[in-house]
Amino acid sequence: MLGFAVRRIALALAVALAVSAASFILLRLSGDVATAIAGEGARAEDIAFVRKAYGLDRPLVVQYAEWLSNTLRGDFGTSLYFKTEVIGLVADKLPVTLVLGLASILFALAVSLPLGILAALHPNTWIDRLCLALAVLGQALPNFFFALCLILLFSITLRWLPVSGTGTWQHFVMPTLALGYYVAPAFMRLVRAGMIETLAADYVRTARASGLSPASVVFKHALRNALIPVVALAAVQLGFLLGGSIVVETIFALDGLGYLAYQSITYKDFPTTQAVVLLLSVVYIFLTLAADLVNAWLDPRLRVA
Amino acid sequence: MSALLSVEGLTVDLAVPAGTLHAVRDVSFEVARGETLCVVGESGCGKSMTALALMGLLPRNARRRARRLVFDGVDLAAASPARTNALRGAKLSMIFQEPMTALNPAYTIGNQLCEVYRRHKGGSRAAARERAAFLLGKVGIAAAGERLGQYPHQLSGGLRQRVMIAMALMCGPSLIVADEPTTALDVTIQAQILKLLKDLQAEFGMALVLITHDLGVVARIADRVAVMYAGEVVERGTAAQVFAAPRHPYTAGLIDCIPVPGRTKPGERLGAIPGTVPALVGTIEGCAFRQRCAFAQPACASAPPVHADAGHEWACVRGAA
Repeated sequence: MLGFAVRRIALALAVALAVSAASFILLRLSGDVATAIAGEGARAEDIAFVRKAYGLDRPLVVQYAEWLSNTLRGDFGTSLYFKTEVIGLVADKLPVTLVLGLASILFALAVSLPLGILAALHPNTWIDRLCLALAVLGQALPNFFFALCLILLFSITLRWLPVSGTGTWQHFVMPTLALGYYVAPAFMRLVRAGMIETLAADYVRTARASGLSPASVVFKHALRNALIPVVALAAVQLGFLLGGSIVVETIFALDGLGYLAYQSITYKDFPTTQAVVLLLSVVYIFLTLAADLVNAWLDPRLRVA
Repeated sequence: MSALLSVEGLTVDLAVPAGTLHAVRDVSFEVARGETLCVVGESGCGKSMTALALMGLLPRNARRRARRLVFDGVDLAAASPARTNALRGAKLSMIFQEPMTALNPAYTIGNQLCEVYRRHKGGSRAAARERAAFLLGKVGIAAAGERLGQYPHQLSGGLRQRVMIAMALMCGPSLIVADEPTTALDVTIQAQILKLLKDLQAEFGMALVLITHDLGVVARIADRVAVMYAGEVVERGTAAQVFAAPRHPYTAGLIDCIPVPGRTKPGERLGAIPGTVPALVGTIEGCAFRQRCAFAQPACASAPPVHADAGHEWACVRGAA
């Protein structure tokens, strides 16, 4: 298991390096940095001056090496739009996004695991159909619409929760519900399908034939083997929640990473965009790594690669 | 002395899209303590369903009925699911056909063996582990202590079946139901596993219900034999009675299919039973075997009478020869 972990971590670092290079080059292809810095209506001489002053006329490889070495030392440069250190900007927004993402995924799992298991234990009964109906509703509702419904109910009508902002934990309740319910159906379906399969497996029949308790049969013997695809999906969904929750962040005025990414792209703020892209890709790589390690722990047969 | 397991009029119906499949029809047999009953028949004759019905492990779409289903003084037909569950793995164990998939891939051998023991007998982890190591030794696995820490995928099929046998023995059962325990194994391993079962039975004294399609296995291990055809027991008796004087044409046909060294000449064709097993959906009138039977006569269209001769019973219009 340890050797497996070490190999996987080394591989993850290599992937992170490759992704950083690819994102650096792609971003440079998307527009001219010197033009962006010089601002709208700048003359050709100004742009040329900026290009020289910022070292943007050097080969791309040299620029990448410089950026990488700065980045590794924690220097992400200065935001072109906000005129402050990028690292400070990101550090400001990251906790909000992190709290929201983690809370949403935990909420989604807390809902979908029990319902998925329940549905699998009673396939094609009214219990199963009810769970399915909940899942279809979650998948069909656009999350901005669901978010507005939540605001209408909990903030306007009942006046239990604040509409927007990030001041207290109450501010995170509705965004968590909106995002969590959006990702929960996929988990529920995966848990249900996995559990139906493992409950019919020979080793579960062995567990029953050995007179083990129903709880052990369902949770120890069936669930563990059904969780492997769920863990993989959870990693991808969490990455998605951290990078792509712009809509929900905007509705609830949560000043998070998604909103920062949106702003930095709109204003051609290259250093900020670069930092956010790098951060999110590293987060994705880390999550995939974590999923691999959890799955290797769940299933010993996966500990070889 | 009363039988350890007494089955009378066992019926299993399966709800299938085409209607009701009568997988097991009015099956009766008894197993005494320490003896081996072989239930033999071809694929689809209901022998596995009979085994699962005994264990209370039938699939969701199945319905079990029995006039009498008593194991070791417990009326299984009336017992609650919890009561049956407490017997399973403790006094009534089962070994399955597919050792490759019968063990949970996510847990070590030791974990799975010990869980069964601690579920029924309680006690410390150490005591369960000691019992597991002892039994792994008994089923012929070397370096038992090391094997306990291994996962199923690190073991061969033969070894996994030995582990399954050890698991069945963990709590000292009085009956083991083995459903085709050697079918999925290499021929050389088959013989070893059969011998192992026989030796363990001699040592621990449990009764064995062995489900098989292989009369060679039956000849080696059985005290008593029940021959099943189309969900019914068509002939039963001691192994000596059934092999020496098979009364039902189906049993006689099965025995003809076995090659016997010395008697079967090289190049000679082995016996074969023409036709296939009838569909079991809907009711079957008369003798189910009559379409394939060389001795079929008009009387076969009504239910065959059951003849008995010194504990040897068969259901056929033809009486003792």
